Amino acid sequence: MSNNKKKNLTPTQQDYQSFAKDREVKRPVVKNCIRAFIVGGSICTIGQAISTFYMHFFKFTEQNVANPTVATLIFITMLLTGFGVYDHFAQFAGAGTAVPVTGFGNAVISAAIEHRTEGFVLGVGGNMFKLAGSVIAFGTFSAFVIALIKTLLIQWGVL
Amino acid sequence: MVFVWSFLVGGLICVIGQIMLDIFKLTPGHTLTTLVISGAILSGFGLYDKLIDFAGAGASVPITSFGNSLVQGAMQEAEKHGIIGVVTGMFEITSSGISSAIIFGVLGAILFKPKG
Repeated sequence: MSNNKKKNLTPTQQDYQSFAKDREVKRPVVKNCIRAFIVGGSICTIGQAISTFYMHFFKFTEQNVANPTVATLIFITMLLTGFGVYDHFAQFAGAGTAVPVTGFGNAVISAAIEHRTEGFVLGVGGNMFKLAGSVIAFGTFSAFVIALIKTLLIQWGVL
Repeated sequence: MVFVWSFLVGGLICVIGQIMLDIFKLTPGHTLTTLVISGAILSGFGLYDKLIDFAGAGASVPITSFGNSLVQGAMQEAEKHGIIGVVTGMFEITSSGISSAIIFGVLGAILFKPKG
């Protein structure tokens, strides 16, 4: 696509594009990856600690313990987002905070808080899933397609 | 031991996300959507459950598990009711993530004022 775009440009514009590309700030990929690894791993370890707590005291099994764990993590995210800590944290960690379910929670909660000034119905209700909506939409649709194919294959005796 | 594995596996999934952001220059929205879809695909082949058995929260906390539990819920209902179950069972397992995001989102909007 980027090549197609380039063909429509005049030579001067092409020169400028390569000039701008040379001067673009290089992303410190390795440093970012290490940060994402450490922070993301820590969030999952905290999740594991919460899971162990629920399994030990509330008799959840290993199969369904993910549910209360996710809910607890999103609750913690709400507090951190509300007090404005999560943003600084996310700036540092990049994908380390975005990929765990806390990132999903933060996307929903920060959108809800941000649009509060537009009122609760049109602002909070309408904009809550602005960022996280695509995750739900395409997650659900792809899960539908996969589960449908698998069910049909099982019914036809292929699997 | 499960703590060590959850740290390593969870960290690795986040590194995959970071690589998609930095090297393939995707937006966070595209990255998360891709991860959810790949979780659903892994779940279709029955691989994601094994990863959860092995790494615990390291596999169930990253957003990939959202795709996994959507497929798992759909498959559970499909075993009982056939193809209709695929639609009705979709959110069976994963309801906690979405419902808590909505509940705490509204609660957060009531409790906190926007900054800046």
